[in-house]
Parts: sequence; C-alpha cells; structure tokens
Amino acid sequence: MQYLLLIYGNDEAFGKMSKAEQEGILQEYMEFSKSIAQSGHYRGANELAPVTTATTVRVRDKKRLVTDGPFAETKEQLGGYYLVDAKDLDEAIGLAARLPNARWGSIEIRPIVPHDMP
Amino acid sequence: MDVERIYREESGRILATLIRLLGSFDLAEEVMQEAFAIAIEQWPKQGPPDNPRAWLVSTAHHKAVDLLRRRTRFDSKRDELQRLAEVEQHFSEAEESMLRQDEVGDDRLRLIFTCCHPALSLEAQVALTLRTLCGLSTEEIAHAFLVPLATMAQRLVRAKQKIRDAGIPYQVPARPDLKERLEAVMLVVYLVFNEGYSASSGDAVIRRELCAEAIRLARLICEMLPAESDARALLALMLLHDSRKVARVDGDGDAVLLEDQNRSLWNQNEIREGLTLLDSALRGGAAGAYALQAAIAAHHARASRPQDTDWKQIAALYEALLRVQPSPVVELNHAAAVAMAEGPGAGLRLLDALERKAELCDY
Repeated sequence: MQYLLLIYGNDEAFGKMSKAEQEGILQEYMEFSKSIAQSGHYRGANELAPVTTATTVRVRDKKRLVTDGPFAETKEQLGGYYLVDAKDLDEAIGLAARLPNARWGSIEIRPIVPHDMP
Repeated sequence: MDVERIYREESGRILATLIRLLGSFDLAEEVMQEAFAIAIEQWPKQGPPDNPRAWLVSTAHHKAVDLLRRRTRFDSKRDELQRLAEVEQHFSEAEESMLRQDEVGDDRLRLIFTCCHPALSLEAQVALTLRTLCGLSTEEIAHAFLVPLATMAQRLVRAKQKIRDAGIPYQVPARPDLKERLEAVMLVVYLVFNEGYSASSGDAVIRRELCAEAIRLARLICEMLPAESDARALLALMLLHDSRKVARVDGDGDAVLLEDQNRSLWNQNEIREGLTLLDSALRGGAAGAYALQAAIAAHHARASRPQDTDWKQIAALYEALLRVQPSPVVELNHAAAVAMAEGPGAGLRLLDALERKAELCDY
C-alpha cells in the first residue's frame, strides 16, 4: 500500500531555533530520506514553505474567492510530506515514528486510495 | 452433536482462521454463518463430521470461493480478481493447517492484536474484540455497554472499514513493539472483565459472559505468549476477583462488602489457580499494576476470616500501586488499608491530606 505521511509542526517554534539546531534537523531529514530510499519505501517527499505563504481558493456560484492563509487557525501546521510504500499500517507507523517532527509535532498517516489512471 | 454448542465454543476460532484465509472480516462472517446454516441442516441427518471445526472452516471457505467467483463475473474489478486468486491459493494450505491446533491458536492471537490495534478507538477495540473473538452479537454488546443498537452496529462497521482501508495488519507484532501492543490488548481484556464485574445495571447473564470471555482471552494470551509475566498477572487478578462473584451479591442483587461476605462461597478452584499464576508471574518479574492488584486480591483470598487479613502487606502494596498508577480511588483504598493496619488515626491523617490536596485542585 501507499501512505502519505503528513508532517505537522509549529512554524514559529522552528523559527526560534538556532541555526545549528535547524541544520541538525534538516540533516536528519536527509538521512531519513536516504535510508528509506535504500530500503525501497521512498516514493516522494517535499518540504512546504511556511503557512504564512499559503493561499486558499474556493469557487462558489462560478466565482473565485481567494483568501490569505489556510482555512483554519491551528497551532500545528502542515510542513511537508513523504509518500511511502509500506506493506501495512504497522510498517507505515514504524516509518512515521522515525521522522524528527514526531518528537515534538505529529505525523498523520493517510492511506492512498488506488485509482486506475485512464 | 449440538451445533449451537459448537457455535458458542468454536465460532471465535473459526472466524479467526477464516479472516486470515480470506483477508476480510465481512466475507469471513458471511460465509461462517452460511457454513453453520448448512451444518444445522445436514448434521442431524447425516451425522456430525469427525472434526466439526475443520468441516466448518472448509465449508465456509468453499462458500467464499463460490461467492467471489460469482461476484467477479459481474464486477471484474482488479482487486476482487486478485482476492479470488489469493483465496484460491490459500485453499490447499488451509486444508492442511486446519487440523493443527497451534495454527488455530495463532489465528486467534493475530486477531486479538488486530482488534486491539491502537489505530482504532478504545471503544471500537472493545466492541470488535467481543464481536469477533467472543462471538457476542451486536445486540448483546450494545446491551452490555448501554449503547443504542444502531450506534454499536455503526461502530463495528467503521472499525472493520478502517482495518481494511488503512491496512491494519493481521499479525502478532514483532518483538520491539510487542510489549507496547500487548499492553493495549490487556487493557481491552481488563475493560471487558470490569464491565462485567462492576456494572450495576444491564443484563446479569451478559455481564457474567463478559467476565468469562475476558478470562478466556487472557488464558489464550498466556498460553500463546508464555514469556509475558504481566499477562499471567492479569489472568491471576481476574480469577481472584471472579472467585468472589457468588458471595459479593445478596439474594436481592445488592452488593455485599468484602468483610461481610460468606467466604465459604468463594470459588476455591479459581483462588488456587489465581495464586499459582500470581506466584509464577511475580517470579517472572511482573511488577506492574495488574501484579500489584492481584497481590492485594491474593491477601484477601488467603484470609479465611476477615480478621486474618494481612493489612500491613496490603497497605504496602497499595503504596506501591500509587507509584505505578496514581488515582484518588487508589489513595482512598490505601488510606483504608493503613487504617486497618495501624489504627483509624493513621488512616484519617492520610484522608485529611487527601482532602487538602483535593481542595487545592479545586482552586
């Protein structure tokens, strides 16, 4: 199965960390990516720019409504994701628990629904 | 051969094996019901088979293959075809392994870990365990937890959907996770027991059933994972409590306090087994909340008269329990035990301290 590991954390708290700390965390992410690529779990990953850059769009009655920021204000924001191959939820949980953000933020694990592409 | 008795005793095991073979809770339930329906029809006429369980699994399995073939004819989705291939492949392995007792035990253990997976809500874990492993009907479970039938049915459907769609595996967790996962399983087992043991409302028959089922599940866990001393402590705890079930209610159904109970009504077989298990659990290193509570229950069980109770030891055990599992109830019990051991003054002093703390919390 494929799972999306959604990485949640606090942008502000990350911003307050020292340069060295931030680099240490980035390094950890690099190593994680390399390791799960070698083990064949890696399908893709991206870090997202801070939530302050987010824009939301909705279309109602054929009219576009563009607003600043995400829909809801929460303490933890989506900061990035990994797309992984795992044989079951237990394996996906094992991968998610190795992500640095699991130690202070949280990781949401969502199964991907398979669709046949035309 | 009484089909109904076999249903009671074997349906949990049969279902566990079918879920492994078919990879689907719903399909397994459906074809198991069909197999039992055929048994009710055939056995009285032709006589029961030598191995009723093997017969039922194999009949249900045939039904599943038929069903999947029929479905794929109309609806040739890829995953249905794939499932059919898998089920057919499992077929010969199943015939072979069915007669081996150990495989069947493994199936039930796998199913316990699936039903008590932490990715399911605790309520769903309890409901699913009772439905699939203990064979209680949705109605009985709804009754036991005082929840409307529709709510309980919905809870079970959602849990089964999550197992399927989120890919919750059907397996005993690997070593590094086993301890943590076993704790979740034991919590569910103990919740089931307590629901049966302490509920003051609800159907008395169903409540007795819950206690018996919890003990059965704990026995299975102890049998399959003999190295886990905490599981033995849990089984000991439940047996020691269960030994008093006749003495703890009077003719009107009212609760009887421990010191007023007719101790000759205590079930000595359960006490003996509980004490032996506790002994072995403690020697195996069990030192958690279940072991401490079982040790407390053991002191009561050993006292043939209330005045023979070793309150000093019990007070010490409550103190240890407070460190592992602090709660107001445990503090109260601790104070009561201290009062019994050292006189009311010492107990009252603890209660005063407890009260002051409660007042502080209120502010």
